[in-house]
Amino acid sequence: MTGPREQFRPEDHENEHFLLTTVVGSYPKPKWHDRARELFEDETADFGEEEWEESKDDASRLITHEHERCGIDVVCDGEMRRNEMVEYFAHRIDGYEFNGRVKVWGHNYFDKPSVADEVEYGEQWLVEEFEFTDEVAERPVKVPITGPYTLANWSFNEVYDSEEQLAYELADLVNEEIEALVEAGARYIQIDEPALATTPDDHAIVGECLERIVDEIPDDVRLGLHVCYGDYSRIYPEILDYPVHEYDLELANGNYEQLDVFKDHEFTKDFAMGVLDAHTAEVESVEEIKENIKKGLEVVPPERLTVSPDCGVKLLPREIARGKMENMVQAAREVEQELDAGEIEVVADSGAEASADD
Amino acid sequence: MPEIVATTPGLFPLPDWAKDELSDLKGHQKTDLISGDEGDEITDAYERARDEVVSLQSDAGLDRISEGQLRWDDMLAHPLAVHDSVETRGIVRYYDNNNFYREPVVTDDLTADGDVAAELDAAAELVDSGLQAVLPGPYSLADLATDEHYGDEAAFLDAVADFLVGEVEQFPDVETLFLLEPSLVESPPEDGADERASEAIDAVANAVDAEVVTHTYWGPIEEKTYAHLMDADVDAIGFDLVSDHEKNVYNVQEYGTKDAVALGVVDGQNTRVESPETIRDRVDWFEQQTNTAYDTVYATTNTETFYLPVNKFEDKIQSLANAAALEATEADQ
Repeated sequence: MTGPREQFRPEDHENEHFLLTTVVGSYPKPKWHDRARELFEDETADFGEEEWEESKDDASRLITHEHERCGIDVVCDGEMRRNEMVEYFAHRIDGYEFNGRVKVWGHNYFDKPSVADEVEYGEQWLVEEFEFTDEVAERPVKVPITGPYTLANWSFNEVYDSEEQLAYELADLVNEEIEALVEAGARYIQIDEPALATTPDDHAIVGECLERIVDEIPDDVRLGLHVCYGDYSRIYPEILDYPVHEYDLELANGNYEQLDVFKDHEFTKDFAMGVLDAHTAEVESVEEIKENIKKGLEVVPPERLTVSPDCGVKLLPREIARGKMENMVQAAREVEQELDAGEIEVVADSGAEASADD
Repeated sequence: MPEIVATTPGLFPLPDWAKDELSDLKGHQKTDLISGDEGDEITDAYERARDEVVSLQSDAGLDRISEGQLRWDDMLAHPLAVHDSVETRGIVRYYDNNNFYREPVVTDDLTADGDVAAELDAAAELVDSGLQAVLPGPYSLADLATDEHYGDEAAFLDAVADFLVGEVEQFPDVETLFLLEPSLVESPPEDGADERASEAIDAVANAVDAEVVTHTYWGPIEEKTYAHLMDADVDAIGFDLVSDHEKNVYNVQEYGTKDAVALGVVDGQNTRVESPETIRDRVDWFEQQTNTAYDTVYATTNTETFYLPVNKFEDKIQSLANAAALEATEADQ
């Protein structure tokens, strides 16, 4: 294993091989936490800022520990303080306004914000969330942060001449936030750019955004990029040039039909592969997940394979999400044992090293 | 002066109460999307929502009233997604948007099933005049689907066109039919397929006794595709002037267009609301550039409108209606 990844191997890890298990970010919110938000938003209810803060702390602690109990190596708090991946940030950036919910798919909506004035850094975004989670967690903590391209692309742009211009303005704000996170001790940051899959022709804009984001970020900070639900052949291998260590990609939903895309050109960075479908309310069996993990070994050697769900799992019933996490970890540990025993033939070449400086 | 007809390509945002009520009734997973045989409670919620969007359009003063396509969870793929001969699989991206639909995989004969006709029958009860039907064009519908039954591209396109003909034949009386063909722009047909696409559109258009508009968006139509499209017996072709006005105008200058035209002059994907004067300026600009006196100009949003929050959607259809009502002299000022 190479680069800033080794620091995440638990001290008590029992197998020689280490398939880093982690999550993409969001997790189902406990019902009482949703209820608390409703009360907080209800002006007639006797439920103020202090009670709402307490609810967020409790939920964050609970879900961080739930991830740990599932055995996940690098955890997060399931984004208990966030309502949505663009809205949350837009509320904290000056220049945004909200008009109402729009459809994403089926009956899943989000309050898509409008950029109605020039964007500026307002209040802190994630530093307090990280500090709290890091304090309650025994395991290392990953910070998912929505990338500037997605923040731009999933907003209505009423002000800037182009979406590209808006994305670069936002990239400078994301850089400011990541510097603050690193200062607070964060060592694993995942930049979520699902919008890249919608507009693959813009991969150079995302690249330029990332160059702005990583400016003056230390080398020992592990940087990942999450992209989902798109045609990867339109962005791969170009994305390998980005200044990140790891790519976290959704593949279980499409039954690995796109896996070959990553075999046609050597995968020279770390591969965080979705081994669970985030949108089916059935827990995949350990055996099934093991087969999925082995597909990842066709792309990269074990020391560069990260095991994670396809995407955030917040839409699942909580007990299903937990079942999926438990089985995912067990599957990863069993595959490690089989690797240790030499029972699995690793197809992928281990020549390349992951480095953010490539 | 042409007659300016204020309209939309349909696929409206659900009223906010309906978003809540229907997500409670149906759920959030990919297996929870519309089935085509939904029960009474869900049907009732959609009926109330339909009633509301029909009134909204009448009150705003739109010249064509759409059913709203509020049930179309899978957007333009809807007519196939609810069909008995179609399996829906993983969720896939809807063109280059942050929207998703279930991949419809055709596994058996595509017979007419009347799903869209039933919606229109319900809308016809609410609309005195100016009812507008909306369907995916055959090329786009085939493009959004996967064929595991017909075996080759040409046969599949024909089958999809026949299916749409079967739907259209069950329609109640409608004034206008909008056939939405974004795939003509987003995944342009290759040589040979462009002629077939035009013939497929022709087949659907000829099955209905109404004005037929083939509307395109997300960019200009490629020249050769456009030249073939002009052979289709439709009353108007629609152009997205928001995403690319120059190239669309060029096509018309070069190849002409029908006696009527549909112009996407209001952005269906941005909350900045165009004023009625801006809308008229855009219509006038197109007329001047193409140096043509059109019988009818359908003034519309460029895209479907479900991308918008409800308040801005309402503002935009009001602006369109007001633009059509502006006196010519006012608009010229």
